[in-house]
Amino acid sequence: MSDGSLHGVVVAHGELAAALVAETERISGQAGVLQAVSNAGCGPEQIEERVRGAVGTGPAVLFVDMPCGSCFFAAMRVGRERSDVRVVTGVNLPMLLDFVNQKALPPEESAGRAAGKGAEAIRKG
Amino acid sequence: MAIVLFRVDDRLVHGQVVIGWGRPLGIGRIVLVDDGVAGSDWEQELYRMAVPAEIELRFARVADVAAEGAGWAADPRPTILLTGDIATMAAVCHAMPVGRVNLGGLHHKPGRSERLPFVFLAEDDLRQLQQLEREGVEVTAQDLPTSSPVALGALA
Repeated sequence: MSDGSLHGVVVAHGELAAALVAETERISGQAGVLQAVSNAGCGPEQIEERVRGAVGTGPAVLFVDMPCGSCFFAAMRVGRERSDVRVVTGVNLPMLLDFVNQKALPPEESAGRAAGKGAEAIRKG
Repeated sequence: MAIVLFRVDDRLVHGQVVIGWGRPLGIGRIVLVDDGVAGSDWEQELYRMAVPAEIELRFARVADVAAEGAGWAADPRPTILLTGDIATMAAVCHAMPVGRVNLGGLHHKPGRSERLPFVFLAEDDLRQLQQLEREGVEVTAQDLPTSSPVALGALA
């Protein structure tokens, strides 16, 4: 991702990130906005390398599954290096479906919106 | 002894430690021995976010262990002592009584080869661990309490 447009990187345990990206693309019809990064088989440096590689040079929002653990730490360390990268935890499908249609937003605003959309989707039935 | 697990894990504080081991052991404290983390407020804040409020997270330098280890062991709260590498755990073993070391996660790096899916060791790593066993410390690899421990001899 180096065309300068906002993109998202989903960083999660095992196969979760790939599944979330695939289903977001399948439902929204928007491909190429999100990339998946798994922590499978990785030590901390390797996860950071994967995240850094997926972020590339453009602005990005990093979507992480939990606010703890190796995925979160890697995302936070990469986000700390970059003023145009933000981190959102608790990734879910509704926040990603909204995100892929809001690519014109700056990362800070996009991350805030994504956190709100994700929280809105959590309801007690 | 209140320290119920001495674990080497290059991911340091993460789900397997806090939830996988922490819940069945009923831990009340994690002591993270790592000079780099102990010297960084930002890193400490990051790790604190990963631990529930009821578990105390204590950051220590290797040099603190000799003076503070006895106090950690005497504390009634079940505690996990965590290091990110073998050399640091060896220093812990030389600074306080340790009966058993758990290898919980050492991932691939140049020079290391796979011994288990979650344990990659270089020959020098293996020699350090064998030396610990000669000094009376049992070394086993086990990612979670629900899996079986693997003796160091099986990793050679």
